[in-house]
Amino acid sequence: MKSKKNANTNSLQKATRRWGVLFMGPVLIAFIIGFVWPFIQGIWLSMCQFRLISDAKFIGFGNYVKTFQDASFRHAFWYTAMFAVVSLVIINVLAFTVAYVLTLGIKGSNLYRTVFFMPNLIGGIVLGYIWSMIFDGILGHYQTSILLESKYGFWGLIILMCWQQIGYMMIIYIAGLQNVPGDILEAARIDGATSMQTLFRVTIPNVMSSFTICIFLSLTNGFKLFDQNLALTGGQPFLIQQGGTTVKTTEMLALNIYNTFYSSNTTSQGVAQAKAVIFFILVAGLGLLQLSYTRKKEVQQ
Amino acid sequence: MKRKIVSAVLCAAMISTMLAGCGSSSDNGGASQPATEDNSTSQAPAEEDSSETQTEEESAEAPTASGGSVYWLNFKPESDEVLQDVAATYTEKTGVEVKVVTAASGTYSTTLLSEMDKSAPPTLFIIGNQAGVKDWKDYALDLKDTPIANELNTDAYNLYDETGKLVSIGYCYECYGIIVNPDLIEKAGHTMDEIKNFEGLKTVAEDIHARAGELGFDAFSSSGMDDSSSWRFTGHMANLEYYYEQEGTPWKECPPTISGKYLDNFKNLYDLCINNSLTDPKELATGGHDAENEFKTGKAAFFVNGSWEYEAVKDDVPNATMIPYYCGVEGEEKAGLNCGTENCWAINSKASAEDQQATMDFMVWCVTDPDASRKLVDTFGVMPYKSAAESTNGFLAAADKYTADGCYVMNWATNFQPNVDSYRATLVSALNQYNADQSDANWETVRTAFVDGWAAEYNAVNN
Repeated sequence: MKSKKNANTNSLQKATRRWGVLFMGPVLIAFIIGFVWPFIQGIWLSMCQFRLISDAKFIGFGNYVKTFQDASFRHAFWYTAMFAVVSLVIINVLAFTVAYVLTLGIKGSNLYRTVFFMPNLIGGIVLGYIWSMIFDGILGHYQTSILLESKYGFWGLIILMCWQQIGYMMIIYIAGLQNVPGDILEAARIDGATSMQTLFRVTIPNVMSSFTICIFLSLTNGFKLFDQNLALTGGQPFLIQQGGTTVKTTEMLALNIYNTFYSSNTTSQGVAQAKAVIFFILVAGLGLLQLSYTRKKEVQQ
Repeated sequence: MKRKIVSAVLCAAMISTMLAGCGSSSDNGGASQPATEDNSTSQAPAEEDSSETQTEEESAEAPTASGGSVYWLNFKPESDEVLQDVAATYTEKTGVEVKVVTAASGTYSTTLLSEMDKSAPPTLFIIGNQAGVKDWKDYALDLKDTPIANELNTDAYNLYDETGKLVSIGYCYECYGIIVNPDLIEKAGHTMDEIKNFEGLKTVAEDIHARAGELGFDAFSSSGMDDSSSWRFTGHMANLEYYYEQEGTPWKECPPTISGKYLDNFKNLYDLCINNSLTDPKELATGGHDAENEFKTGKAAFFVNGSWEYEAVKDDVPNATMIPYYCGVEGEEKAGLNCGTENCWAINSKASAEDQQATMDFMVWCVTDPDASRKLVDTFGVMPYKSAAESTNGFLAAADKYTADGCYVMNWATNFQPNVDSYRATLVSALNQYNADQSDANWETVRTAFVDGWAAEYNAVNN
């Protein structure tokens, strides 16, 4: 009886091994066509001068040199970094607070959850235009506009992103909070822990895995932000320097890459491609770094 | 065993359908629907919306009688409906497939860039200015002495590259200036004859603005600085500075620097526009101002725009006419309108010979066939071809009248703006600051963006 069962499992394993590739195939092929191949091509193009990608000319690392000399790219980098950090902190603090409140069992929390989640379903471009109208409607009373001051552009974008992202992060935190074992909480209560102690010593360590994923998402979202940036300010206002060069004060990395790609310089497509490769390495690197750091803080139940 | 075979077959089927999907999609957009020949053409009106962004239903295949087909990448969204109609008529008559795709407003160059890389690129596309010539001359057929070039009645709107190759030829031209509602001017107790120079314009405009409450209308419609409107100033009104700076010898290519000698004249007219208008200049940065509507509904007497607006305003303001940019330059009583074009056809030199021939035939038909050219002239304003229909555009007629009266035509030097999108965006940013606070310091920023910005963008593009 026992040997027969073993034989069964063995043949099943063999079959899985044999046919697994076949079942993986479609996904693998789609992944290669949709991701791996364009990615390799992108790296290749970053070392080319091209207008149409079908007749690209190899020129070596010149595009990377130009990228690092580009003041607008450096400005966009620091601006993006600042934005990502600020939005990461605000979004996660608020999202966790909302999630915590909504798991306390107050009346109508399901309705609140839905309402908070809704903004996430609206596309970025639409949101950007809607919010630019809202901001200008308010700032108009003070004879100014979101396009006139960089700080308005910055905080405007933060508000927009909070409005859009908090609901999404909230859902992840709620899932985490509901998974905190009741017996641990009960033990804490019996031991006489205050609600603050329970929150910081028991609850938060137990939802650390939610923090990992949420911080990862908001960090990479912050860096990759494009639609909202384009629609809300499009980089305005520009700082017009002596000599006529400009710094687009609210331009983030992705928009900078886009603007570079579509400028009418014959070499700019290659430079934009090089910027995109650097951008990828940056986002991937930061994401992985953050993951490995917060992973360490997670507790095993 | 049997079951395994069945599952293997199923898997294989699954993969093959997937690969088939990939194959056709890399070919062109979504070619999965069997392209019923006249899908995009005969249903043109119904499809207007989708074609505004990009209609890609029909791909290259679909054999035709002569073997060639036409793919026109159009950059005037306002003409899309007419072009679809004309294309359908041509297909009906000759059996040659004509596909018209219209790039959404302001996205022509990005659309062209991606369309040209496809396996069935446009055979007929637009090279509208010297920057375009520089970018795309290698993809343009030399049109010299071709049938379509022989139909032209003027060489004025053609674009050549530095070797003398005829890269693209004008298929219509336009003019811009200040659109006026003469009825309102008279209602305010003035006559059109008073407006013969900047002084006259200023007197009339300031008087109307001062009495706006009593008259029920204002002088200028609003000068919004959002993307849908700012080009009227950063692109068009700026032309008066470039035009006069040429000092009578038109630029042949983009100058590396400009002096801004006539920028004060630009300021004269610009200040007049923003300070004698329905809208507080401080509110111009935000969008949502509808200048065309203000003019049409008789709320404003002046409207800075071009001949393409004629169709839109002629029903509400039948007497609408257009006057030049009067800006305080000596001798400007002899100024005419700003005439020029960014509408120049180029044939894709990388297309097959059959497609090139089909495209050429189609172009000649467009400018010679009475019905087709009538429709096209009505949407384009005018077509500079010997056998094309007569223009009915009142503003272009005004332009002709100025020329007939011996006034000088202001050419479109603005077409030379280097790295144009970026240059204009910078100018918009500077003008926003200036509108909010009309200080000398802020005007100096505008000057920097206008003059130094030119050199900076020139360097960015050419180095």
